[in-house]
Amino acid sequence: MTEPLLQVEGLITELGETARPLRVVDGLDLTIRSGETFALLGESGCGKSMAALSLMRLLPPGGRILSGRVRLGGTDLLHLTEAEMRSVRGGRMAMIFQEPQTSLNPVLSVGVQIAEALHVHGEGSDGRNRRRVVELLRAVGIPDPEQRADEYPHQLSGGMKQRVMIAMALAGDPGLLIADEPTTALDVTIQAQVLSLLGDLRRETGMAVLLITHDLGVVAETADRLAVMYAGQIVETATVSEFFAGPAHPYGRMLMESLPSAEKRRGRLATIPGRVPPLDRVFSGCRFADRCASVMPLCRERIPEWIGLGAGRGVRCHLWSEGEASHPGPARNAAEPESGASERPSGSVGEIGSPLLKAVDLKVHFPIQRGLFRRVVGHVRAVDGVSLDLSLGRTLALVGESGCGKTTVGKAILQLIAPTSGQVLYLGRNLAGLGHRAMRPYRKDLQIVFQDPYASMNPRMLVGDVVGEGLQALGIEWTRAVRERRVADLLELVGMDPESARRYPHEFSGGQRQRICIARALAVEPRIIVCDEPTSALDVSVQAQILNLLKDLQSRLGLAYLFITHNISVVSYLAHEVAVMYLGRVVERGGVEEILTDPRHPYTRALLSAVPVVDPEKRRVVIRLEGDMPSPSNPPRGCHFHPRCPEATSRCSEGYPPEVRLGASRYVSCLHLD
Amino acid sequence: MAICAPLLDLSPDRVDLTAILAPPGELTLLGNDDLGRPVLDRLLAGARTSLLVGFGVVAVSASLGTLIGALSGFVGGWLDLLIVRVLDLFMAFPGILLAIALAGVMGPGIENVIVALTVVGWVGYARLARAQVLTLVHRDHVAAARALGCSGGAILLRHLIPLTIAPLMVEATFAVSGVVVAEASLSFLGLGVQPPDASWGNMVRDGVSYLLVAPHLVVAPGLAILCVVLSVNLLGDALRDRLDVRSRRS
Repeated sequence: MTEPLLQVEGLITELGETARPLRVVDGLDLTIRSGETFALLGESGCGKSMAALSLMRLLPPGGRILSGRVRLGGTDLLHLTEAEMRSVRGGRMAMIFQEPQTSLNPVLSVGVQIAEALHVHGEGSDGRNRRRVVELLRAVGIPDPEQRADEYPHQLSGGMKQRVMIAMALAGDPGLLIADEPTTALDVTIQAQVLSLLGDLRRETGMAVLLITHDLGVVAETADRLAVMYAGQIVETATVSEFFAGPAHPYGRMLMESLPSAEKRRGRLATIPGRVPPLDRVFSGCRFADRCASVMPLCRERIPEWIGLGAGRGVRCHLWSEGEASHPGPARNAAEPESGASERPSGSVGEIGSPLLKAVDLKVHFPIQRGLFRRVVGHVRAVDGVSLDLSLGRTLALVGESGCGKTTVGKAILQLIAPTSGQVLYLGRNLAGLGHRAMRPYRKDLQIVFQDPYASMNPRMLVGDVVGEGLQALGIEWTRAVRERRVADLLELVGMDPESARRYPHEFSGGQRQRICIARALAVEPRIIVCDEPTSALDVSVQAQILNLLKDLQSRLGLAYLFITHNISVVSYLAHEVAVMYLGRVVERGGVEEILTDPRHPYTRALLSAVPVVDPEKRRVVIRLEGDMPSPSNPPRGCHFHPRCPEATSRCSEGYPPEVRLGASRYVSCLHLD
Repeated sequence: MAICAPLLDLSPDRVDLTAILAPPGELTLLGNDDLGRPVLDRLLAGARTSLLVGFGVVAVSASLGTLIGALSGFVGGWLDLLIVRVLDLFMAFPGILLAIALAGVMGPGIENVIVALTVVGWVGYARLARAQVLTLVHRDHVAAARALGCSGGAILLRHLIPLTIAPLMVEATFAVSGVVVAEASLSFLGLGVQPPDASWGNMVRDGVSYLLVAPHLVVAPGLAILCVVLSVNLLGDALRDRLDVRSRRS
């Protein structure tokens, strides 16, 4: 067994005023061996980032480490002077952050920034440094490192920037790399690149990686061991295979059950009620007790002890304490009773699956203007000929990476952005080009839910006014009393307390705000809701609540959803049809089963293979895409995907491949379909 | 105090040649000026004019400027271009000079001072409001309001202008003091309040020539201006905190 590289014992970190401190890390114990990837898993607000910052002694102002020991190799980091600590940071222990954009200095070339890291850690002459910079850039897989070293951060894409950050972290030849959500801001195909890079580097240099993430799939694919963190404490440690075979702590189990997937389509997702408790109080029982499905009276009375389960596995839960040891790992299924999915909406609104909205060859081009007279020098082809069909009571998922134009499609359908050309046929009437006034009668039927629920509400309006706004604006309900009753009903429908109408949006959590936004969209009784990444800003357990709600509403009200997302597991759980977009065009569309099990377009295949999967049996070989998505202002000639396509031939650059019909509703735009 | 000034038995215009430049406390509480008029009485009477001009100009120019600026940012297109050019034109011109010219053309009097200072004053608010609206107009809540079928006017009045209030409020509270001083300048040039009517501005201007022999002539109205500026700023701070639902409720 290898020597432990990092050993943390009883680390306690507090934030805020001394009178009312937030104990963000409470008694953290960790052991990381060199050469392994250790994942720290948890929802937002669990204190995992604070734990990492404590290890680096880089806490924000007001943060302080109360007690504990952090031993890296033979030294206790908490007893070093600030000057000694500086040589450890970036030297023996380096860190990369979530946002590569804000972690790089925009006015220095990346070569200079890496050279600075080398210089700080006492590397030799400038000439040698330059060679080392190029070496490092090559090591992190950046093409043409000689030229790239002289470029500035804004000239690089997000994935490239994260690679540069990794190169900077590697400059000091660290024994431990702390990666705080390194891929959360990146697209799946780029995420796959960065994760495999981290894996390769770990194998080559023998460093250990402490990976902080909320994504179970990422953990399953990259980590060796993991610790689950909840409310400032580690509640479980295990090897990855043990954990995914059966988590010991109910929290880990509930997290797994709340992950959407194709198998859970028939039923509802398990949800974790409530939220992470505020950390400014003294706990007298288990911190998870209020949200736990297997809660016992004991849980509220006594703080659970850490129970070792042998070979580096341990859990903090009364279910495993001696009295209960005879039946550990309760097989209690926390999933809610299966209902809703089999219900069918009343036939009055029409047959399920009857066509409702059709987009034909929709195009949205934004002019690029230059110079004094705003001459149009080109167009950003955000959406370049997209055709879609939405039917009653069905969900069409629009899938693609950031920048492919999927949000623009959603807004163009609602006429929030005027389409450049093409038609949006709603029940046979063309909405494209309708003015604000002419569009008003249709507003009632078409609604939208945005990604960021807070930004999509006026922070100065009461929740009741937010929800009731559509009723007022469209003149559906003029009298205040009636409107208030309707609002109360709507809030009840989305699972909120009607009393919340008298509060302001900022008083609610992310999940509750998204419910309010859904209630607002439902207020005018729409038939189509465009959901623009409604769950991507939310934690897994909250995401499950929102997905359940959307599914229930669909079966009760017969709504049609255009579900815009990059999250494939959400698609497999919720969607009936899928359209995959790449650079402003739909490359493949069809039923959800056909596309997810038998993708035909090379891009769909690469996209699906890049998604981290929890279940090791379902893992595919990742098709690594080189490079990044080209700019939509200057798409490649011929097939947009061919410069990155592993199957491209010379024919692909000659012209955009026509859409080929493969089945009743299956269309693929590719020349190589054999 | 300024409001009930007419109710008090004041004699701001009584000339008492025996009391010329009397220091404070000798004959009257704050002394007498170069014509023997009691400073305290004039201060209270002048408060009416100064505050009327100060708040009046700020209120009118702030609401006018906000509306024009917000409209410009919200509608965009040629209207925005036109308004921005007009704003540039006003900004390029020294404000007080324009006000002097206007007051000169329209003739002296409080009303004309207010009009002249408003014409100069709205530009700043319009700029600020336009910039604020431009940052807000692409927020999702505006798109959501549009998707709910709100008309343009409703979006502007309900979803945009309320969110621009905070910085405008700060700007307005600072401007009150500026306007009091500007009114003083106009009065000094004989374009504002006409003698013998008192205003803090002309009191300061008149007093400057006796600064060394009778400093109380300048100090008293100067302190009054200072107090007003300070209290209006504190008021503005409190108002902003109160208007912001986030800090009020959390």
